[in-house]
Amino acid sequence: MKAPAAPTPAHLGELFWAFSWLSLQGFGGVLAVVHRELVEKRGWLTPEGFLEDWAIAQVMPGPNVCNLALMFGDRHFGWRGAITALAGLLALPLLLLLSLGALMGQLPDQAAVAGGLRGMGAVAAGLIAGSALKLLLGLRQHALGFPLVLLLASAAFAGVVWLHLALHLIVLGLGGLACGLTWWLLRRRVAQ
Amino acid sequence: MNGADWAQLLLYHLSLSLLAVGGAITLAPDLHRKLVSEQGWLSEAQFNQSMALAQAAPGPNVLFVAMMGWNVGFQSAGADAAAWLATLLGAAGALVCLLGVMTPSSILTLVATRWCQKHRERLTVQALRQGLAPIVVGLLLATSWLLGRSGGQAAQDGRLWLLTLVCAILVWRTRLHMLWLLAAGAMLGIMGWV
Repeated sequence: MKAPAAPTPAHLGELFWAFSWLSLQGFGGVLAVVHRELVEKRGWLTPEGFLEDWAIAQVMPGPNVCNLALMFGDRHFGWRGAITALAGLLALPLLLLLSLGALMGQLPDQAAVAGGLRGMGAVAAGLIAGSALKLLLGLRQHALGFPLVLLLASAAFAGVVWLHLALHLIVLGLGGLACGLTWWLLRRRVAQ
Repeated sequence: MNGADWAQLLLYHLSLSLLAVGGAITLAPDLHRKLVSEQGWLSEAQFNQSMALAQAAPGPNVLFVAMMGWNVGFQSAGADAAAWLATLLGAAGALVCLLGVMTPSSILTLVATRWCQKHRERLTVQALRQGLAPIVVGLLLATSWLLGRSGGQAAQDGRLWLLTLVCAILVWRTRLHMLWLLAAGAMLGIMGWV
């Protein structure tokens, strides 16, 4: 008896709806939902495959989840699959978001709406800070050493918040420096 | 906004695309610099509303870029423009910004992942990924700072910061669903407590 083949999306339509569905469930970031839907529910990706893809999606510029969708679609249907998966991820949530945005101006109690949005803004700031803290503590084993990691993160923060530097300068300058240094340390570690 | 402004909007987003390492959210500070401080296409309040709404709605974070494009386009119609014209310009703004910010990075991702599957230069890839990590964390914290600082009366600021701090700690230490936190924040705001 043959081992059952790993399930894959049958056609472009299925791919589109799979990504639409997981995207519409993803409040405050889609990553956790991608894992639950593609790995645990549909079995289209193994846990190991998910981690590998996620790492690459993270290295590449662009939104991580969008990169993951592009890679997944490309693997199964070539560039048409890549576009379909990305369109699935973005189309319906975009329509929903713009409808919400258009409605905002027409709600009767503008003070309450402004208050609600102000509250959600403060929460959103907290969500991002909390994720950043988790990520920062995950860097304790970083090749650069934790003190240098803290220094670089603080420099990027200060560059944006106080010096109002353009992102181009920070990513290319500070990021380039950090990557070069990491590469050198990694190579030295390999050589030893 | 004239044709040159639209072209500038597109070019700016195209140029930003490849810099979005670690997620689209790290683009927020630069979008603020460009759209609010430099060009004045968005007000401070509109910027923060776009961020908050996109965070509250489902879907990838990058949609906040489309939301800002929507506001830029909608505004450009002028206060006494017909509703359909403003909506059309808003939709155009959303598409211009979203396509601009997505296209270069998507092409690069496709080319690079195909290339990476053939050649595996592990060390270079590792250095790129690990080296950028501290910068990404710094940018995330800066984004959070800009959102948290969102203005408002001085009396409310203390409570807003407290809410932000409590949420940061809850996300860090617990697995509470983020939706509950957003709902709680909205309720507190509607009741006028923050």
